[in-house]
Amino acid sequence: MNVLIDNLPDLLSGFGKTLALSAIAGVCALILGTILASFRVSPVPVFRAIGTSYVNIFRNTPLVLLFVLFIFGLPQLGITGDHLFAFAAAAMSIYTAAFVCEALRSGINSVNVGQAEAARSIGLTFQQNLSLVILPQAFRAVIPPLASVFIALVKNTAIVEAFGITEAAYQMDSLVRDHPQSIYAVFAGTAAGYIIIVFAISGAARLLERKLEVKR
Amino acid sequence: MRTKIAAVAAIAALALAITGCGKAKDDSSNQPKVDKSVSFDAGTKMEALNKAQSIKIGVKFDQPGLGYKDPSKSGPVGFDIEIAKIVAAKLGIPADKIQWVETVSKNREPFLQNGTVDIVVASYSITDERKQIVGMAGPYYVTGQQLLVRSDDDSIKGPDDLTGKGVCSVTGSTSIKTVEEKYGATPKPFGTYSECVQALLNKTVDAVTTDGPILLGYAAQDPDKLKVVGDTFSEERYGIGFAKGDTKFCEFLSTTIKDSFKDGSWEQAFKDTLGKAKVDAPKPPTVDACA
Repeated sequence: MNVLIDNLPDLLSGFGKTLALSAIAGVCALILGTILASFRVSPVPVFRAIGTSYVNIFRNTPLVLLFVLFIFGLPQLGITGDHLFAFAAAAMSIYTAAFVCEALRSGINSVNVGQAEAARSIGLTFQQNLSLVILPQAFRAVIPPLASVFIALVKNTAIVEAFGITEAAYQMDSLVRDHPQSIYAVFAGTAAGYIIIVFAISGAARLLERKLEVKR
Repeated sequence: MRTKIAAVAAIAALALAITGCGKAKDDSSNQPKVDKSVSFDAGTKMEALNKAQSIKIGVKFDQPGLGYKDPSKSGPVGFDIEIAKIVAAKLGIPADKIQWVETVSKNREPFLQNGTVDIVVASYSITDERKQIVGMAGPYYVTGQQLLVRSDDDSIKGPDDLTGKGVCSVTGSTSIKTVEEKYGATPKPFGTYSECVQALLNKTVDAVTTDGPILLGYAAQDPDKLKVVGDTFSEERYGIGFAKGDTKFCEFLSTTIKDSFKDGSWEQAFKDTLGKAKVDAPKPPTVDACA
């Protein structure tokens, strides 16, 4: 246990980076995913095709490959310099957005068709229909699967340890190297950190779910 | 459009490079002589290994010159590998009966404790912390940390110039800790040394650090773009890891290392591996006594 207490600043800075990366990627993925979901249900065929292709490409690409593409590929295109954190956040956002999009689309499908028809019959445009009638209900319906997507996002950030970022998993590896005799305490401590973050997300999701529940 | 296609091709080539398609090295023809008639005291680890005619040795697979496995070749090559073969030969076990097990920096102690491997020869620096939980015989080689930078970068001449610079090394290595804590560098850990070198060429990081011989191997591969700067600034004493508390085994390993210094097999092993990066074999180090 002493290992964890003595190295608390390092561990906390590691989890700080994990949280920062998760938060940035989470917000970007939510925005991008919402846009993509509206593309996928849009009446314009080109938009639908863009949304479908995006989801099929990025949901089926292993995250590590995306990282290779961003961290080793972008410098080849002339973007040199120390942008590791930005590259990592972009890769995570783009990957997670595909999952947000699909979760949200399932929510849109759960909204009764009659509502969209009613909205259209009173003269609402597609954009108004989506933003005022359908999306608010869809979001309420998909809080649990969205929470799963964000929990997966937090755990996926551990991958960036291999791409130049000193987040929680990196700190764990450093502690194992320096204190091999306390390997179990180090593992348990790091796992506890992740559990706290995940519990916070699922707790917030449960709260939102209860507050925003749609009575049908 | 054409540049984009070229870029995609470059990325694809890079993905292949990262997955480990490095330069092949010839297998050494100078195999250490296997003594068939050796005998050991009953009940010792040496006797058990000799009777089983097989030994499991933990080595690195991603360090050119020390322990490197080409995916297209059957066995690993490098200085550590040769040392492991010398030890096996002294146990009466030929090189083809060795089971090579890949160890990375962070699983060497668990592998020794669980018996996943019998010994570890994997650029394994002897430290007091490690000695608390595993046994370490040696050193069989003393080296130190150095810096690899781009040839056109004159801002880094030694470790003192590292403050605020992004320095790459492999996650879980002692090298990255040293530059962070002693010289104020920003650590940029990557999964393998070849990825670090790629990030250095990309200008994503400013320097790569690890033990000198590994860096010389990379500089030799790309002398126009890469150079090794400064003197060594740490002392890494490579030892052979074994299960803690086996004093007889420790004495056997120490004697084997000392004998290899005397009979020339150590120097031969060096020439066949690290020596190819145009480094002369150093003076053999003094082997620690077994406690």
